Amino acid sequence: MATDTTPAINDAVPAYDVEHPAPLIEPPRARTSKTPKGSRTNFELYGWLFMRLSGIVLTVLVLGHLLIQLVIDGGVSRLGFAFVAGRWASPFWQAWDLVMLWLAMLHGANGLRTIINDYAERDQTRFWLKTVLYCATVWTILLGTLVIFTFDPNIR
Amino acid sequence: MSSATLEKNSSALADAESSAAHLVTVTFRIRRFNPEISDQAIWEDFQFQIDPKERVLDALHKIKWDLDGTLTFRRSCAHGICGSDAMRINGRNRLACKTLIKDINPHKPITVEPIKGLTVLKDLVVDMEPFFQAYRDVMPFLITTGNEPTRERQQSAEDRKRFDDTTKCILCAACTSSCPVFWNDGQYFGPAAIVGAHRFIFDSRDEGGEQRLEILNDRDGVWRCRTTFNCTEACPRGIEITKAIQEVKRALITRRF
Repeated sequence: MATDTTPAINDAVPAYDVEHPAPLIEPPRARTSKTPKGSRTNFELYGWLFMRLSGIVLTVLVLGHLLIQLVIDGGVSRLGFAFVAGRWASPFWQAWDLVMLWLAMLHGANGLRTIINDYAERDQTRFWLKTVLYCATVWTILLGTLVIFTFDPNIR
Repeated sequence: MSSATLEKNSSALADAESSAAHLVTVTFRIRRFNPEISDQAIWEDFQFQIDPKERVLDALHKIKWDLDGTLTFRRSCAHGICGSDAMRINGRNRLACKTLIKDINPHKPITVEPIKGLTVLKDLVVDMEPFFQAYRDVMPFLITTGNEPTRERQQSAEDRKRFDDTTKCILCAACTSSCPVFWNDGQYFGPAAIVGAHRFIFDSRDEGGEQRLEILNDRDGVWRCRTTFNCTEACPRGIEITKAIQEVKRALITRRF
């Protein structure tokens, strides 16, 4: 009646028996009574809320940005140094781009942080992935902010 | 006791076999693991005739009692109340005692695996301790202050209705072991523990809601929920688990702002 789908191993001395059972396959990071208790901060709450709120604002900012840059009035072909210089002469577009930069970077970084927390199994891997992520985020935000505020249309 | 059950059941099986017209041949493909034999889990096929109106648990009983006594699985009441026999049947978490064979296409091999995300001890038996640890961590008991009342703690029908859904939980772990966040990180409380907390947070008689919310506010609490709805789909009691988790999130936010 019963048929094995995998062939039985024919060893003279079995590797495992009642006295020496095989190691059990543990799931990653099991919860025990020694699992550290919560940090008692609201960081995760604010992070979760930030994702929702910044998502709503970003929908408007990014779609508006794409519309202006790629669709309206000739689209992508008119983009150039002069176009950017003209736009950043106005504080409105400076503010638009600044808000978009900060929200998009923080939104994306927090999303990636979540993914790393979910999928990186070893503590070391998780730590280094997050370090790289935070460095890249801070670098991009600082560089972008610097460019928006110190942009010089007469650079040539 | 047990022999009486056995006899009754085998006579029932004999009755069924005498009128074989309605029986179908079904292959059960079962995930076997025995650390005393091998460190590898293997699939083993069992093929026999069975009434499609029987449950998967009846098939497991037939295998254990008539074909291979080494098959190991948990079951206690066998009627969907004790929550012992949650397993992964055809890739979905279900209770073996509530799943009819005709409902899961008996013409293809039916796969039966242990629930995921917990250590497999033998065949379909897993170590439930991390699951119960998470449940204990949310303090699933009535917390009150002041003197004991001299009669029952009364509650209006509306107040009772507020948390009615989450009182149905039987702690079978079908939800928690279907959650992809729990698979990857067992430190996450998991849906079942949050359901257990929800049952008391929204109970008008309980005064420990603040403490439970504080526990679920942490790194491994409700904010790790990705609303994939696996838990709601898996729940054999039909609890709207994802909704309960969202209600805890909302309570946390409205408490803050």
